[in-house]
Amino acid sequence: MPKIEIDKERCKGCQLCMTYCPKACIEEDKSINKKGVYPVLFLDREKKCTGCSFCAIICPDLCITVYR
Amino acid sequence: MDTIFSKPDSMKDVPTHYCPGCGHGVVHRLICEVVDELGIRESVIGIAPVGCAVIAYDYWDFDVTETAHGRVPAVATGIKRTHPENIVFGYQGDGDLAAIGTAEIIHAANRRENITIVFVNNSLYGMTGGQMAPTTILKQKTATTPLGRDPKREGFPLKVCELLSVLPGVFYAERVALYNPQNVLKAKKAIRKAFQNQIDGSGFSIVEVLSQCPTYLGLSPKDAVKWVEEDMLKEYPLGVFKG
Repeated sequence: MPKIEIDKERCKGCQLCMTYCPKACIEEDKSINKKGVYPVLFLDREKKCTGCSFCAIICPDLCITVYR
Repeated sequence: MDTIFSKPDSMKDVPTHYCPGCGHGVVHRLICEVVDELGIRESVIGIAPVGCAVIAYDYWDFDVTETAHGRVPAVATGIKRTHPENIVFGYQGDGDLAAIGTAEIIHAANRRENITIVFVNNSLYGMTGGQMAPTTILKQKTATTPLGRDPKREGFPLKVCELLSVLPGVFYAERVALYNPQNVLKAKKAIRKAFQNQIDGSGFSIVEVLSQCPTYLGLSPKDAVKWVEEDMLKEYPLGVFKG
């Protein structure tokens, strides 16, 4: 099962990964991190993640690691 | 389960100071990926500009030096001529390369210096507060053109790749963008080619990367990326101009 890991404390909340995820597996977190922004969360409720790495490629802050 | 995407080895594990959604972080990472793939980490020397990327040496885990504003190609020339076995690349923004450093870049290109330049064009001065840069597109609102850039008063956007591609000393000039993952991959390919040209001794290579500055465009990261795709691309078409 492909999955990604998001470094929540490193995330600046630009949400570009959310914008470009073709399967809408990434959502905004409900609580803020130490930077004071709402980071993103990898939920993948419907197990749709294909490990395409689009989120990691577009992330400007190297928050995402992709496993497949 | 295999890790198929993680931090490149030559990128330090520290958070960057860039604003959320800024393209600099992506370009930094692409350079590190290319350096790792080509196996040149021990021989590469980067030159950081003045601008938002002024402390790029804090993020790259290889040799990097800092220069005066706009003088990256001049310092790169000096390093490359005294250390021809090293791979020398310059990292410049549009205020650095297309404004104060225009003379340096044109003459370095014209001398056919065997260096690589990565030029990040975000259409304004990010570090000093979003003022108009030579690369600001027509009708774009900035801190110093609140009614939009008017060609009668501020002239026209400077198209660096088109300008340099007519010089016989330039081997490779390409413009790429970062507005979606596909284009980020194309940008990486272009940067890799620019580094490979230097390893092969082919001559001057420049890659212009159209980037977004959400903070001073006054847009969300998502809309800033869209702005690059819809408005900036009309002024700056992507493609290989030479090489």
